[in-house]
Amino acid sequence: MISVHDITKVYGSQTVLNIPHLEIPKGQSFGLVGNNGAGKTTFFSLLLDLIQPTTGKILNNEVQVDISEAWKPFTSAFIDETFLIGYLTPEEYFYFIGELRGQNKADVDALIGGFENFFHGEILGQKKYLRDLSKGNQKKVGIVASFIGNPEVVILDEPFANLDPTTQIRLKQIIRDLASDKDVTVLVSSHDLMHVTEVCERIVVLNKGEVVRDIQTSPQTLRELESFFAG
Amino acid sequence: MFKHFFNLQWKSFFRAASFKTNLAYKILMIFMALYFILVFLSLGVGSYFIIEKQGLGDPLRVVNRFMIYYLVFDLYIRYMFQKMPILNIKPLLYMPFKKNEVVTYSLGKTVFSFFNWMHAFFFVPFSIVLITQGYHPLAVLTWHIAVMVLFFCNNFLNIMMNNLDKVFYPVVVLLAIFGFLQYKGWFDITTYTAPVFDSFFDLPYGGVYALIPCLLLVLLVVTSFRYFRKHMYLDGGLATKHEEAKTEDFTWLNRFGNLGTFLKNDIKLIKRNKRSRTSVIMGVLFIFYGLLFFTGSIETYEGPVWGIFAGIFVSGGFLFSFGQFVPSWDSSYYPLMMSQNIQYREYISSKWYLIVFATIITTLVSSFYLYFGWQAYMAIVVGAIYNIGVNSYLVLWGGAYIKTPIDLTSNKKAFGDKQAFNVKTMLLTIPKLVLPLIVFAAGYYLISPLAGYLAVALSGILGYVFKEQVFRLIEKIYKKEKYKTLLAYKQTS
Repeated sequence: MISVHDITKVYGSQTVLNIPHLEIPKGQSFGLVGNNGAGKTTFFSLLLDLIQPTTGKILNNEVQVDISEAWKPFTSAFIDETFLIGYLTPEEYFYFIGELRGQNKADVDALIGGFENFFHGEILGQKKYLRDLSKGNQKKVGIVASFIGNPEVVILDEPFANLDPTTQIRLKQIIRDLASDKDVTVLVSSHDLMHVTEVCERIVVLNKGEVVRDIQTSPQTLRELESFFAG
Repeated sequence: MFKHFFNLQWKSFFRAASFKTNLAYKILMIFMALYFILVFLSLGVGSYFIIEKQGLGDPLRVVNRFMIYYLVFDLYIRYMFQKMPILNIKPLLYMPFKKNEVVTYSLGKTVFSFFNWMHAFFFVPFSIVLITQGYHPLAVLTWHIAVMVLFFCNNFLNIMMNNLDKVFYPVVVLLAIFGFLQYKGWFDITTYTAPVFDSFFDLPYGGVYALIPCLLLVLLVVTSFRYFRKHMYLDGGLATKHEEAKTEDFTWLNRFGNLGTFLKNDIKLIKRNKRSRTSVIMGVLFIFYGLLFFTGSIETYEGPVWGIFAGIFVSGGFLFSFGQFVPSWDSSYYPLMMSQNIQYREYISSKWYLIVFATIITTLVSSFYLYFGWQAYMAIVVGAIYNIGVNSYLVLWGGAYIKTPIDLTSNKKAFGDKQAFNVKTMLLTIPKLVLPLIVFAAGYYLISPLAGYLAVALSGILGYVFKEQVFRLIEKIYKKEKYKTLLAYKQTS
């Protein structure tokens, strides 16, 4: 689904990302872990054509992302709060995204109806704009919005951060369900090794911009990752 | 203790994002400040003699008559632009400072604001002139002190009524009505207010009356001190106010398809954010800008060419105040827009339609200019055609180069943002304003007055004909600037 060829990103004299080759097959649930500054967000930003690669190219379903925009209809993401429109209510935001993705109100209502448990009664009908919600609740909105319109590629940067324990557990289930659909490729990054090993079939470790581990998740994976990061 | 406060203040000033703008902007700001100081100074020195020469009566009494308007206008300016001290004391709350010290510092800081001492540039020279002209020095002194104290009262009033839109706007509207009534000679509020200011001067009790504003100031200082001291909690006075949100559908816009989606969003953007609301209100005020030209109140504006200039501004208020900052309005969620299933074309068109609708509505509203003759309204109509046909593209084009993120929730930089001084946008003002004037002048003086109006309208229609090509060009520029824009929007000031 996604193939990376000789991608580098250089700021000044510092190479922040250098991935010679990476293939993410369709339907895989792909986890990205690494310390601060390892290049996780840079990689996702390149995938979404929010920054330009210094060299190389990324193909998303055969579409080169920095040349054509044809990847947009089947790709969705939640990276940070810049993906939210602060002056909209959660409902309005969902409908807005829905309209952009060719979903009518009923479609969107049906989809978000399935997440009532996840929202925990704190999102819908609250008479609040997104900018006035807490960080955790904003995140819930952003994550659910990225599921609207049956995307084939879902990119979530640090989805577990800022969420309360109950919501984290529910989110893990949601991502697992999503990943079980063999048409959906899920890309997740996290600082929490336990969470990624639980939801991802494959885990790639980035360190200072380079891929240093590429693991098919197994019962030993968590220990392997912990010993790597314990350094 | 105050050493720390001072140190923090110093750093916050010199390290502010706005301070690190380009040199040209800084120089321009210095010139602006100097200009205002000069204007105030020369008014301070000169107004005595001007009033005397015009035979309006005793200059001091004349100034006193208009003092009420001056004070309210000052309050208005402060309300709009003076920054509140409370915002940056949050990190100090748990520090080992006494709360009283923090409050003293925050309130004391406002005393040194430019909004206070700029009036001294008028009143000090004015008072000196009064004394040299034989007014009683002691009386002038008590008057001077009383009036300056009133401006400081404004300072504290403003602090206390921060965010009280409901109280504030009616007061301003009321005063505007009084001003209008006075202009028409129907009712003169100053006959009631002027004696108050006169009393500060009139011997032998001027000194006694001057104590009243001083007492008022003390009262205001104490009240605002107490108020802040009491409300210095995160869920009290320091809490940011949340409006109650209402979900709105605007289903009538659905017929426009994808365009409607964006239009809905833009309407909400304007309705729900302070900064965009201010811009639109400014745009509405532009409608009245033409009065300066068509009533003949300013001599230099009387040439017919200036009529077109006015016409462009009257019909293009929204275009200039809102359109100018596309796409910066969407800066806080630009990454979303760039990764969503959005064609640039639709995005730009929706903004274009918004500008066009607003221009048409403004033109209809300003039909009251017919009162000043058909030429006046004609100038506005052809100005509107030119705005729709040419200027609407130019603002969208210029927007691609404006890369300053907009903080929608704050009014701070509603005027004089540094982007206005971007060289490329500067160059674009030439076709926006100068070209229609030249086209008009050519038609007007070479052929006939009517030909002038027709020429401007025709160039607008010509621009409209090339809509497709121009949109393709603008789209290309937006795409080219995309990464730079994304990067710039990340650096929120």
